[in-house]
Amino acid sequence: MLLLALDTATPAVTVALHDGTDVIASSSQVDARRHGELLLPAVDRVLDRAGRRLDAVTGIVVGVGPGPYTGLRVGLMTAETFGLALGVPVHGVCTLDGLAYAADLDGPFVVATDARRKEVYWARYADSRTRLTDPAVDRPADLAGQVAGLPAVGAGALLYPDTFPRAHAPEHVSAAALAALAAERLAAGEELLAPRPLYLRRPDAQVPRNYKVVTPR
Amino acid sequence: MADEPLVLGIETSCDETGVGIVRGTTLLADAVASSVDEHARFGGVVPEVASRAHLEAMVPTIERALTEAGVSARDLDGIAVTAGPGLAGALLVGVSAAKAYAYALGKPLYGVNHLASHICVDQLEHGPLPEPTMALLVSGGHSSLLLSSDITSDVRPMGATIDDAAGEAFDKIARVLNLGFPGGPVIDRYAREGDPAAIAFPRGLTGPRDPAYDFSFSGLKTAVARWIEAKRAAGEEVPVRDVAASFQEAVVDVLTRKAVRACKDQGVDHLMIGGGVAANSRLRALAQERCEAAGIRLRVPRPKLCTDNGAMVAALGAEMVARDRPVSDWELSADSSLPVTDPHVPGHDHVHETAKENLYS
Ligand SMILES: [Zn+2]
Repeated sequence: MLLLALDTATPAVTVALHDGTDVIASSSQVDARRHGELLLPAVDRVLDRAGRRLDAVTGIVVGVGPGPYTGLRVGLMTAETFGLALGVPVHGVCTLDGLAYAADLDGPFVVATDARRKEVYWARYADSRTRLTDPAVDRPADLAGQVAGLPAVGAGALLYPDTFPRAHAPEHVSAAALAALAAERLAAGEELLAPRPLYLRRPDAQVPRNYKVVTPR
Repeated sequence: MADEPLVLGIETSCDETGVGIVRGTTLLADAVASSVDEHARFGGVVPEVASRAHLEAMVPTIERALTEAGVSARDLDGIAVTAGPGLAGALLVGVSAAKAYAYALGKPLYGVNHLASHICVDQLEHGPLPEPTMALLVSGGHSSLLLSSDITSDVRPMGATIDDAAGEAFDKIARVLNLGFPGGPVIDRYAREGDPAAIAFPRGLTGPRDPAYDFSFSGLKTAVARWIEAKRAAGEEVPVRDVAASFQEAVVDVLTRKAVRACKDQGVDHLMIGGGVAANSRLRALAQERCEAAGIRLRVPRPKLCTDNGAMVAALGAEMVARDRPVSDWELSADSSLPVTDPHVPGHDHVHETAKENLYS
């Protein structure tokens, strides 16, 4: 087994190669505005470090979010197209599950990432492998009752200490954790998600003025 | 010819997910998935809706294009993609797909300009572009007059709209007349039964001191809307066919007059018209008439190649391969305001080549 994992649902552009037992190479860069530019070079770098070629990969793992849409789609489109070109399966994993896995906690806790617009994407976990609630998007103040007293991980938790006083690292998801989680679930014969984005919000139905006027004046 | 470059092109700058395949100047496949119906109730293209639709449609559209062309992805000589201009989020979906596809297949990648692609697509219809060619691009997004002596390296803006695109004006007037979205085809249909001289609507920027090649449709849009509202306020019936015909005449009169004038001034004897509005029957007819009178050869691709599609991107990509232009690198990004003067986006490692500029001349 050789899994190529990638995630662009948080400010991190993160890529890892996993052989079914261990992560053999990985790369993470935090730059929320350059997912599109950074992802392919990161894939190239990770493969190069591992001394492998893309056509040796037996499956693609991709974080399906939730996360800011423009960046999120970069990872999903890349994963899906790799799947098409290589003829290998593309497995979706909830990005929050990847963060939970990396948190490595035995008791109940919360994962929250930054959804911008003063909101967080979040879910509650019984432990690092068991999610209790569907991912949701809410204002932190509205969650206080549901997350009170729980430890929390993720940039969304770190950003709002009033709601998440026990927030700590990891801040962003790592493809290494995502790959390890996917390898574990695949080995257990579990079905992973389809590579479809978890948007959670309806699109802003705003037609910008001069929406198509793109030629220089 | 089998030794001509086989190129797949991906276009996602607006609401059409286009994947085309060409061999040199021969069209092999032109697969398009449109999200236009999802935008109709908003009266215009909603960027987030378009981006979501591109992601959904991309893989099936690539597969459809390969089947249609009857070629294997392994045989491709390159992957081309619209790098800009266009809607940032929408472009990024196509660029991500193209990069992943090129990387996985081990093929060179060419990020190309959407406007240059609109011009280059005519090679699939009428053979190699004459050099130089004057191009009038008119759609919901563009109203530009461009002069190109080499579509892979030299595209010069002669004029552009200073406010709305021509296609936008069609959409707006169709909305005021309650005819739905998009407005181009429906206005064209009603106009055929109307009198183009019934109402004298203004011709923007046609005064002696106005810029010779720039366009303005905002004033026309307002004038037509006011005329319709005045009729309604007076309790009179709006003569939809005459309004459509007179409005359309005002648009195409200015477009063709300025395009022909630009050709004459620059000594160019070929005019190509592209973009969605090039499907307009009156624009085609009037352009033909005026070009003939001026001794200019008119080239207008079939309507399906005028609207946004992947074949036009593939056509320009194939030309990049044929003229040995430098490839893009893996850091290629979407550039929503890519200047029209950049026909493609070469990688950082390469020096722009000029030695083979006159390959076809
Ligand atoms: Zn266009």
